[in-house]
Amino acid sequence: MNTIHRIWNFYYDGFRSMTLGRTLWAVILVKLFIIFVVLKLFFFPDYLKEHAGKGNEAEFVSQKLAP
Amino acid sequence: MINLLNIDMTMVDWARAQFALTAIYHWLFVPLTLGLAVVMGIMETQYYRTGSEFWKQTAKFWQRLFGINFAMGIATGIILEFEFGTNWSNYSYLVGDIFGAPLAVEGIVAFFMESTFVAVMFFGWNKVSKGFHLASTWLTGLGATISAWWILVANSWMQHPVGQAFNPETVRNEMTSFAEVALSPVAVDKFIHTVLSAWVLGAVFVVGVSSWYLLKKRHTEFATKSRHLGAVFGLISSALIMLSGHHSAYTVAQTQPMKLAAMEALYKGGTDQPLTIIAGINPFQQPDYEATDEPPLKLAVPYALSFLATNDINGYVPGIRDILDGYTKPDGTVEPSLDEKIQRGQQAITALQEYRKAKKDGASEEIINCQLSIINSDMPYFGYGYVKDRAQVVPYIPVCFYAFRVMVGGGCLFILLFLIMLWKPKAWAYWAAILCIPIAYIVSEAGWLVAEFGRQPWTIQDMLPTWVGVSELGSSAVMITFLLFLILFTTLLAVEISIMLRTINRGPDFRD
Repeated sequence: MNTIHRIWNFYYDGFRSMTLGRTLWAVILVKLFIIFVVLKLFFFPDYLKEHAGKGNEAEFVSQKLAP
Repeated sequence: MINLLNIDMTMVDWARAQFALTAIYHWLFVPLTLGLAVVMGIMETQYYRTGSEFWKQTAKFWQRLFGINFAMGIATGIILEFEFGTNWSNYSYLVGDIFGAPLAVEGIVAFFMESTFVAVMFFGWNKVSKGFHLASTWLTGLGATISAWWILVANSWMQHPVGQAFNPETVRNEMTSFAEVALSPVAVDKFIHTVLSAWVLGAVFVVGVSSWYLLKKRHTEFATKSRHLGAVFGLISSALIMLSGHHSAYTVAQTQPMKLAAMEALYKGGTDQPLTIIAGINPFQQPDYEATDEPPLKLAVPYALSFLATNDINGYVPGIRDILDGYTKPDGTVEPSLDEKIQRGQQAITALQEYRKAKKDGASEEIINCQLSIINSDMPYFGYGYVKDRAQVVPYIPVCFYAFRVMVGGGCLFILLFLIMLWKPKAWAYWAAILCIPIAYIVSEAGWLVAEFGRQPWTIQDMLPTWVGVSELGSSAVMITFLLFLILFTTLLAVEISIMLRTINRGPDFRD
């Protein structure tokens, strides 16, 4: 428990005493939100999942490879 | 259904442009992380050895710049993986089994290693022992470098697909040897060359920033020692990169001769080939490599290309036309002509369809095995089955040619810069050093242009052309996300430059 407490304090103090780090974390969080929520959900669907259906990927891609 | 042979090329072009844009921006962040990691490691080692507060604050300053760059670069690479799933679904399905493995290892091992030690490096001053902190700083850099290793393994596999076999049941290329994939000669060369190039960029950055302080006559001791250390580090890295560059060229000659021929604008090959320094190639037009033997106004170093490509000044180097027409290698083996490759590729494609139909219809083992044997023997040329004409398999020569010269020329310029910085630099040299920072990024990106344009038209060398690997999406959808990325990444870059400049302007804090 003592070790976990020390690790917790290490990170807690580290985050609390950040100066430039606060700006950087703000940028990181905004960026991650844009990437994983906006871009991934709305602009980057899994094409095969949507068009081939589960288990049919081999047949679907095989048709795409047909001459 | 859109026939792949008639697929809208605009979609392919947009998907390629989007991937290139994402990769180019991602690579703006990565090399400085790798380069500064070593610089700050050396500086903190000085602090560990001497106990001097000067070196502690010097290391902390460069760590702060490292942290800004690290934070801005986080997750920019993940977007490339989104693009695989959406824009390049055929590619992702066909080779996901192989390509996914190094990326997964990178995510699990390197990322966690990096993020753990980054926290100790930034939060651990005065909280952990000097030795543990120093180890964390070096391990942060090692983590970033290992991370780069796995990404470069994945990229190298696209340049030289080894350690795999095609499974017609699953229609996938499946990994047969992880070691062959991870330690292929292309992967080893690419890793060494890329990491060294990042070190050179880091050294140019340190020298350039230090020069700014020296011009402003601020923090002169800090700037002089940083400039000196950066120049020594840069010179050592440059010497090593020349060796790795030679070996990379040799490997490219063995595995992707068309790329080398495009880099050199070598239309007709032969023995005793000279290395072109410069030639009059129109940057906006593919030269007529079919009708001319060499580009106009060619200035070349005798025998140097043969030496670079074969380690023998008299060695044989095939040109573009030789590769298209087929040629005999020095060891007597015959490289088939493009026509033969196309024919064999078409046989493999047809056999795959026949095989799957035969399995579905419950045909005899004999018929199934017959198709399987065609697939196995012609699979190395599978991608050529989608090629319609000779021009399709020749990369865009002007980009390969000029990007290669920008890369090599820039490398020579930086050697000169590092030498001047170790001598007695004057004000003009400091200005030159500052100017070299953006040039180092251009040179670094030029290296990637050579690697990636030179591989065209293949997503995977000889196996999968871009127009077959792409998804059937409307080009407008990709165009929209391209513009979104352009805005997002440009904003990120502007934010990074702004924070970086403010931090540099504030300078190291020796009062702490």
